Amino acid sequence: MQQIAYNPESGPLKPPVTEVGVLGWVRANLFNGWFNSILTVVTLWGLWQVVPPTVRWLFLDAVWTAGSEACRDSSGACWSVITENIRFIMFGFFPYDLQWRPLIAMFILFGLLYYSQDRTHWKKSLLYAWILGLFTMGLLMRGGLLGLSLVDTTRWGGLPLTLLLSVFGLTAAYPLGVILALGRQSTMPGVRWICIVYIEAIRGVPLISLLFMSAIIFPLFLPEGVSINKILRAQAAIIIFTSAYIAEVVRGGLQGMGRGQYEAADSLGLNYYQTMRLVILPQALKIVIPPTVSILISAFKDTSLVVIIALYDVLKTTKTVISDPEWLGFSREAYIFVALLYFLGCFSMSNYSRRLERELKRD
Amino acid sequence: MTQMDTEPGTGVTEKVPFWLDPKKRAILFQLGTLCGVGLLGYYLVSNVLANLERQSIATGWSFLNRESSFEIGESMIPYSAASSYGWALVVGAMNTLLVAFVGNLITIVLGTIVGIARLSTNWLVSKIAAVYIEVMQDIPVLLQLFFWYAIFYETMPSPRQALNPVAGVFFCNRGVAFTVPEAHPAHAFMAAAFVLACAAAWALYRWAKDRQDRTGEPFPTFRVSMAMILGFPLMAWWLGGAPTALDVPELQGFNFSGGLTMSPEFFALLMGLVLYTAAFVAEVVRAGIQSVSKGQTEAALSIGLRPMLVLNLVVLPQALRVIIPPLTSQMLNLTKNSSLAVAIGYPDFVSVANTTINQTGQAIEGVAMIMSVYLAFSLSTSAFMNWYNKRSALVER
Repeated sequence: MQQIAYNPESGPLKPPVTEVGVLGWVRANLFNGWFNSILTVVTLWGLWQVVPPTVRWLFLDAVWTAGSEACRDSSGACWSVITENIRFIMFGFFPYDLQWRPLIAMFILFGLLYYSQDRTHWKKSLLYAWILGLFTMGLLMRGGLLGLSLVDTTRWGGLPLTLLLSVFGLTAAYPLGVILALGRQSTMPGVRWICIVYIEAIRGVPLISLLFMSAIIFPLFLPEGVSINKILRAQAAIIIFTSAYIAEVVRGGLQGMGRGQYEAADSLGLNYYQTMRLVILPQALKIVIPPTVSILISAFKDTSLVVIIALYDVLKTTKTVISDPEWLGFSREAYIFVALLYFLGCFSMSNYSRRLERELKRD
Repeated sequence: MTQMDTEPGTGVTEKVPFWLDPKKRAILFQLGTLCGVGLLGYYLVSNVLANLERQSIATGWSFLNRESSFEIGESMIPYSAASSYGWALVVGAMNTLLVAFVGNLITIVLGTIVGIARLSTNWLVSKIAAVYIEVMQDIPVLLQLFFWYAIFYETMPSPRQALNPVAGVFFCNRGVAFTVPEAHPAHAFMAAAFVLACAAAWALYRWAKDRQDRTGEPFPTFRVSMAMILGFPLMAWWLGGAPTALDVPELQGFNFSGGLTMSPEFFALLMGLVLYTAAFVAEVVRAGIQSVSKGQTEAALSIGLRPMLVLNLVVLPQALRVIIPPLTSQMLNLTKNSSLAVAIGYPDFVSVANTTINQTGQAIEGVAMIMSVYLAFSLSTSAFMNWYNKRSALVER
């Protein structure tokens, strides 16, 4: 057996080079055992087959700004289908020289969302800022006041419409969902059963059936001579749908509250309304913030379904562009662009939800 | 203490006015709510009836027996434009069931693979699975359907230049054509033998478990069942004359004939639904496997169970309890999302009902049918879930 003599001058013995650094990491994570080694080699081969041609198609051979003829001669992606039509994709039929208005409205929304990320900003003043912001956005979109010319809602479209449907949808669905959840937990059978039937019925049907209903049956519900525009009806369908899901999420939070909370509130002599507002809801709603964000993500994705009832959201404007004979055959590029928009939105929200979950767990 | 209104101990109230009595107040409140909901319902229904009369829209279900006079692209049962609306809706419902069944099957397999890959100790595989999950979850499923449909129509060649990646499979812009064994009576026997083998395997499992509980003697149930499930159909095939003829798709004129063809609509719908839902199933599977602590595996190994038995007796029963409820809800989601078929023109139930609404103008009946079909799916699923949760709930001392 080889003896390793301790020599104080040479310092501590270094670990073998195969266990540390890049080499060590590769051994531990990619080649630990024969099965993983084969897996790594096969995966690398697969990536080598897929990635270089894709990168070449996406970037190197791509046409970025030229017209559609240049695209047809090139072997790469045709991004000019986006760059040439960006204003229609983004804003739909909104009057061309007034498109700065929805642009500013979107910036206000993004600014508010960005500011609201930080939990230290969650104060009453933020609520007022949101109310003011939503009002300004509505004013910018619709006009008719302060010298802004009126834009009919039938001309709204593109990304602002997608954002409008999801943001207003969630803002209106949230209180409704909380009320439904409280109703479902109520001790009064009459109220409880109404809420249960509503929640289960809505959760059992696809959103598309509600959108059909909004498009063809809602008009029948109204008395003669009264009509509500299409966007508002679709918005109502989205609110009805989302509120049932929020109710279930909030119910999870309510069930997570200990009995002690209710008993303590009772012993202080608080009535039902005070108990809920001061004791139960502030805690229950805090627990369910992460699942609420995932409801927001699905609501955002689900707004794309309004395509089916022919509202011009960002997916529909894109489809309109690629059905133009000039740009026929470039659907992939257009869909990849829209997918990127949705991905950025959803990914930032889900990242935020994960961060929030970590923060809430800590305190 | 002076005399109070309430006598202590009896709880009988004398002078408390009824609006301060919680019980009576609850009854009043409920009556109010019910009246409100009822009035709203009455208002809407009366408006609907008035509107229907004014626009002279027919009501009732008699349209179900009338001739539909529209064609349906693909159908598993005989259908023509001369069939009734009712029959067209049955065709649509069967197409929905087909997509839901095939889609769920592939989704569970793919989702499980991706979920396990996510937990792999291989860094590369785990990261690729993570990217797949994140990207697929964040893109609306409708957009994915459009994307696959566009891929089919724009990048696939015409049938004459069909892609032939594997022998017997052809990709072209008219769909995907597969080679299948030629129809033969032996196939029916094989199917029967398969069902019989499954039943026999179930009986064997019960018997072996019972015997092990009584005597402690184990029985190689898994191997014997596998042998039966593979062997019975094979024997039926051999007894039926061992047919080996294949039905290969052939180019005839402008399209393939023979073999099994999948339309671009079906293929795009299946691709979109499977790839989207598999990302969610992968997360469910990952969470389920991670929920079983390492100590369980170590404890099982330390009492001398073999790895296969550890998986079967210790890990899976615990992981499945976590996996099954969210998995069922994902399967239900896939079924509900299959209604998006209407956007790419696959004739599922919603799509057929939509055509029916457009032709007959009977929107209320049409939408009511759509809702009740999907509601029936979800309610039966949640009934199953309640049964399963009760059965698999932890029995605590």
